[in-house]
Amino acid sequence: MNPGDTILSIQDLHVEFPINIGTVRAVQGVSLELKMGEVMGLVGESGCGKSTLGFSILRLLRPPGRISGGKILYRDRDIAAMDRRELLALRGSKIAMIFQDPLTSLNPLYSIGDHFVETLKTHEKGLGRKDALVLAERMLESLGIAKDRLHEYPHQMSGGMRQRIMIGLALIMNPDLLIADEPTTALDVIVEAQFLDLLNDLKNRFNLTIILITHNLGNVAQLADRITVMYGGAIAEVAPAGSLFHDPLHPYTRGLLASIPNIRLDQPKLMTMPGSPPDLVDPPAGCVFHPRCPHTMDICRKERPPIAARNGHLVNCWLYKERP
Amino acid sequence: MNYSMARGLARPIRFFAGMGRKYGVEWWILCVGALIIIAILAMAFFSPFIAPFDPYRQDAGPQLAAPGGPYLMGTDNLQRDVWSRIVFGSQTILRVSVLAAVISSFFGILLGLISGYAGGAVDRSLSLVMDAVYVFPGLILAIALAAMFGPGVLNITFAVAVIYIPTYFRLVRGQTLAIKQELYVEAARAIGAGSFTILGKYIFPNVIATTVVVFTLNVADAIMIEAALTYLGLGLPPSIVDWGMDLAMGKKYLPSGVWWLVTFPGMMISLLALGFTMLGEGLAEILNPRLLER
Amino acid sequence: MRNLVRYIISRTLMTIPMVLILLTIIFVVLRLMPGDPVSAMLGGHAPEKVIEQKREQLGLNRPMYIQYADYIWKVCHLDLGESMVLQQEVTEAISDKLPATIELTTFGMLITLVLGIFLGAYAADKRRTMRDSAIRLYGIVVYCIPVYWLGLMLQLVFGIWLDWFPIAGRTGARIFPSDFENTGFYLIDTLLMRDWTAFGDVLLHLVLPAFTLGLTLSGIFVRLTRANMLDVLKADYILAAESRGIGHGTIVYRHALKNAFIPILTMMGLQVALLMAGAILTETTFSWPGMGRLLLERIYLRDYPTIQGVIIVFALMVAFISLLVDIIYAIVDPRIRY
Repeated sequence: MNPGDTILSIQDLHVEFPINIGTVRAVQGVSLELKMGEVMGLVGESGCGKSTLGFSILRLLRPPGRISGGKILYRDRDIAAMDRRELLALRGSKIAMIFQDPLTSLNPLYSIGDHFVETLKTHEKGLGRKDALVLAERMLESLGIAKDRLHEYPHQMSGGMRQRIMIGLALIMNPDLLIADEPTTALDVIVEAQFLDLLNDLKNRFNLTIILITHNLGNVAQLADRITVMYGGAIAEVAPAGSLFHDPLHPYTRGLLASIPNIRLDQPKLMTMPGSPPDLVDPPAGCVFHPRCPHTMDICRKERPPIAARNGHLVNCWLYKERP
Repeated sequence: MNYSMARGLARPIRFFAGMGRKYGVEWWILCVGALIIIAILAMAFFSPFIAPFDPYRQDAGPQLAAPGGPYLMGTDNLQRDVWSRIVFGSQTILRVSVLAAVISSFFGILLGLISGYAGGAVDRSLSLVMDAVYVFPGLILAIALAAMFGPGVLNITFAVAVIYIPTYFRLVRGQTLAIKQELYVEAARAIGAGSFTILGKYIFPNVIATTVVVFTLNVADAIMIEAALTYLGLGLPPSIVDWGMDLAMGKKYLPSGVWWLVTFPGMMISLLALGFTMLGEGLAEILNPRLLER
Repeated sequence: MRNLVRYIISRTLMTIPMVLILLTIIFVVLRLMPGDPVSAMLGGHAPEKVIEQKREQLGLNRPMYIQYADYIWKVCHLDLGESMVLQQEVTEAISDKLPATIELTTFGMLITLVLGIFLGAYAADKRRTMRDSAIRLYGIVVYCIPVYWLGLMLQLVFGIWLDWFPIAGRTGARIFPSDFENTGFYLIDTLLMRDWTAFGDVLLHLVLPAFTLGLTLSGIFVRLTRANMLDVLKADYILAAESRGIGHGTIVYRHALKNAFIPILTMMGLQVALLMAGAILTETTFSWPGMGRLLLERIYLRDYPTIQGVIIVFALMVAFISLLVDIIYAIVDPRIRY
């Protein structure tokens, strides 16, 4: 497979959580293409479905959450239709994931070495413990951690170090796709910057394709090649990173960018968006964003907008639909 | 006529079904528990009307007759009717276990409030003693007390009551300590409320809600301890009808295949304990919504 | 490692006040309560002179604080006095019966742990299914069945109706404990002697009492394990392990159970009280010649020093086991700071 080929293709994905008062439609008809070697930023406010989308790629949704429709094609194999064995073989070895809180993502009763050995032996049945530890040592060293720390327990390490170990665990099987779910939220600003550098470095060293899920637009600006903006369980806009910041098309993207505090003094006034995120048990008819949109038209209240391509962006909005 | 009756019934039915939807399984657990308790309470209150024979009458039927005919649960070695003894025995066990729980909750709550509120040396020494009693096997303590007191309904009640005081004490003390720190209590103190006002008006009502659950579970436990003491031959004179004593008596005839003398009293003890446990479990889940998240 | 040793020493020292308080409670209950032990012992009809003589013999006519000091002093030297009805040191009577109780409680606890922890973990894994509800119901019901009645029912079904297991004692009629008795733990003794018939017989006799005790306590452990497992299964590291492709069984029964076990372990100290209460009742049901039987026999005989001695030994066992649990806890959990 060459750079530029499609590694992951999500097609019309639906995810729902049946709860006692109804069904939460967390992801509603999302389609997304990921090219080999790119970093895709996935942004949006909390509850927009970005994390759910990330979790559903590895089918890690907690019950009662489930994929209710659509396909997730990884190298042309549909993850949504895989059986347990295929899925387990995929998790951690082809597609890996790192999580929000490095402090709680490691089992407190397992030493760092145990974590690595377990992961390695799960995917390579014949591997002995000694060989596994050698591989783990090499990985730690490449992440700038002394190899004798392999015998230590998670509580003996700092937050940044645990985050790096999480990454090491994710990359030990040489996966080609990494899903990072809010990986910097729990870190302080300095460690966060170092971590993003590390991620960038690892991307080149391991030939990774990365999905970076975050609500921090600063993070994606630094790292992402393309950015997907989600709102209310659907995609609002997909665009190359630079272009999205300079020329946002979707009214929601504009609102989102206007609400970021800026260091430049000429910023007129910090904008806030009126209204609140949609109720996903009973989402608004038509475009989910219409109750908060400054440009609402009649059709927005009635029909879901189609995807329109404009200036290299994909945008889900009636404003850009060329009318016949 | 029928219509208005149906309307009269509709409301309670709606209430029960509504609670069932709101709280799920926990509500039904609570209802079943309450039902068992009510049935056995009725048995105790109306014993003379329910029991076909005098529980002490020694010529109620043949010796060791198997269940059947006029003897629902058979007869014992002294020709007494087992079912009648079960019916009257419910009075003893209910009286002892509920009274014991009342006594221990009274002292436990009182000491817990004092200890938690006063703090300092009082708190430290009380806690030390209570913790020691708490870890010590309650049954052994009750055995020692019952042996020292000698047989008697009040004696056994006290013996059972003593061992549960620490349960209430620990609970109430902890809560008192927590509530004492709350802003609204600080505020009350600031505007000049005295210790009694604070204890009575702010701390006690908070404490009582959780003790209700503990009380029900405690009664369940006390039932089993009461029956255990009398099963061991301690606590009650033989002139009183009691499930635990009947169980001990029936034990002698078990090897010859007489199953009804042990089966029925034991079943009743379990059922009564189960009733209170289910009530307590249901209450705990409903009063503490955090548990419902599971 | 040195830290651990220091922790064990300091934790052991901390048991001393607890033991002292327990001893004091026993003293208070047995001596200060209304009712004089001697007249209680002699049945209340003995002549004044005999009572006075007994009191003197037991040292009960001395001031209370001297009695108390004497009592503590003697316990510290493991001197529990002499039986009033038999020519026998109390410690001797106890060391004769203690192994039987330990054998019973050990096996009871093993059955409880295996049953309770496995069922609890399984229920948590299958939460909100019929199987989960069934296991939860089992937990509640089993908790409400008095151990003595369960014993009688097991005797009835498996001892009398099916005739699979003996229902009384530690050995059958044709087995003589004096042939192999050594440590007092019959299973170990018969193994040491390689006396397989006796070993089988002893094991058969242990089955019903141990299951009685184990089943009764398993209810609590089912509930404890299930609740803790539910908490642990929500933890981030469980999700992280899943994302690495670790199998479901490994996650539930290794990652989660290991973590859930720590709070269960801390609770185990408190369950010891129930274990001992259960043992006393089970011993009575199964005529098991242990500490519980000894206590009750001597209560009927009003053998005051032996009663006191047995209760003291129970108290010491409680203190010892809670100490042991804390030490195991410190060894198992790497996070604990001493």
